[in-house]
Amino acid sequence: MDGIHDLGGMDGFGHIEEDENNSLFHAYWEGRIFAIAEILSNNHTIPNSDAFRHAIERMDPVEYLTGGYYGRWLAGISTLLNEHGIVPHSETQHLLSRLSEIAPTVRSLTSDPVWSGINDTPADATDCRRAVPHPPKFSLGDRVCTTNKVSSSHTRLPRYARAKQGNIHKHHGGWVYPDSNAHGLGENPQHLYTVSFTGDQLWGCDADPSIVIYLDLYEPYLEKVKP
Amino acid sequence: MSKKSDHPQALRTEALETLLIQKGILNTQQIDAIVKSYEENVGPMAGAQMVARAWVDPKFKSAMLKDGKWAMSQLGIKGAEAQHLEIVENTARIHNVVVCTLCSCYPWAVLGLPPNWYKQPAYRSRIVKEPRTVLGEFGVSLGEDVEIRVWDSSAEVRYLVLPQRPSGTENLKESELARLVSRDAMIGVGIVKNSQYR
Repeated sequence: MDGIHDLGGMDGFGHIEEDENNSLFHAYWEGRIFAIAEILSNNHTIPNSDAFRHAIERMDPVEYLTGGYYGRWLAGISTLLNEHGIVPHSETQHLLSRLSEIAPTVRSLTSDPVWSGINDTPADATDCRRAVPHPPKFSLGDRVCTTNKVSSSHTRLPRYARAKQGNIHKHHGGWVYPDSNAHGLGENPQHLYTVSFTGDQLWGCDADPSIVIYLDLYEPYLEKVKP
Repeated sequence: MSKKSDHPQALRTEALETLLIQKGILNTQQIDAIVKSYEENVGPMAGAQMVARAWVDPKFKSAMLKDGKWAMSQLGIKGAEAQHLEIVENTARIHNVVVCTLCSCYPWAVLGLPPNWYKQPAYRSRIVKEPRTVLGEFGVSLGEDVEIRVWDSSAEVRYLVLPQRPSGTENLKESELARLVSRDAMIGVGIVKNSQYR
């Protein structure tokens, strides 16, 4: 989808501000929503990371830009929990109106059972590598052109690399296809390639001649360019 | 850090946490454990260990460039967000830098959670279009003859930059070298310096 999340190549965002505060979480709630998302993903309460990314992409664009990184996580998680009927927005709203009437210092979470899990470093919950039933269409060095097909659904082909020519740099085997998986349409595994693009191909003839951009692109995004 | 707050995002998070606990889907201790684990155990030292080992052991380095996951396993590094890890090597003629323009994909297992600037629109929009200028702003000035390779993490492959070993470090031990390797150098927006000569 042509969303606000697809930022590559946009102008106007100004200087990059390096962190003065190097701490991991800049507010208590940021750590909480991060961990909540990890748990909901690991116990499969939310479908998969593709659906999570797509929920974030569907945010109001102003909120996307102003809410911060963990604000985006909060929005994505809230959307998925609502859409899957686990925590409807109405329940959250109802509780919010109650919480805001009680001072933060005296609020406490209710009926919290004791948990005796191990606190290992979180491991990979999922591995998205899959066998693909057909051989790869492209070989290293092949000249390919990316698709110009635009839909309002999830994709991992950034706008700045649409309808551009590049070269196959590497083949990574088969992977779950986000464009299907984000929408509950199955894993539909596809071959994945790293494709290299020169600066002038992406940004026109005035581009820095000594830059190369590499993207990881799924086979359906690519067509072979006839020599 | 003060815990509870009436900031709208804090309140909404607290409401979600409360409701999820009431529904028996998760509990406070699980959340505490994950926050603690990332704050205390997961960070760029894992990546720095890999870099330092590669600098002192050419066989390890060539194997690591072929298979980043193998190198992680050799050093006992586990963790999320590195199903497949590619190591890209800086040389005198090639400089690599990593981004995720679509969200903020980042190799958590080897670098911890990403810094704020990595997740902000300014970095994500500009680094693919004007990397030389952006790197200059980070204090990395590269000659015109240096090719800049920008890796946009648009799938589940994650990238780690193998920086150049600074000169004058021939006598340093692997563990001393690891301490010189910064997070920024492994994203590609920094250069490793020999702090002995700073």
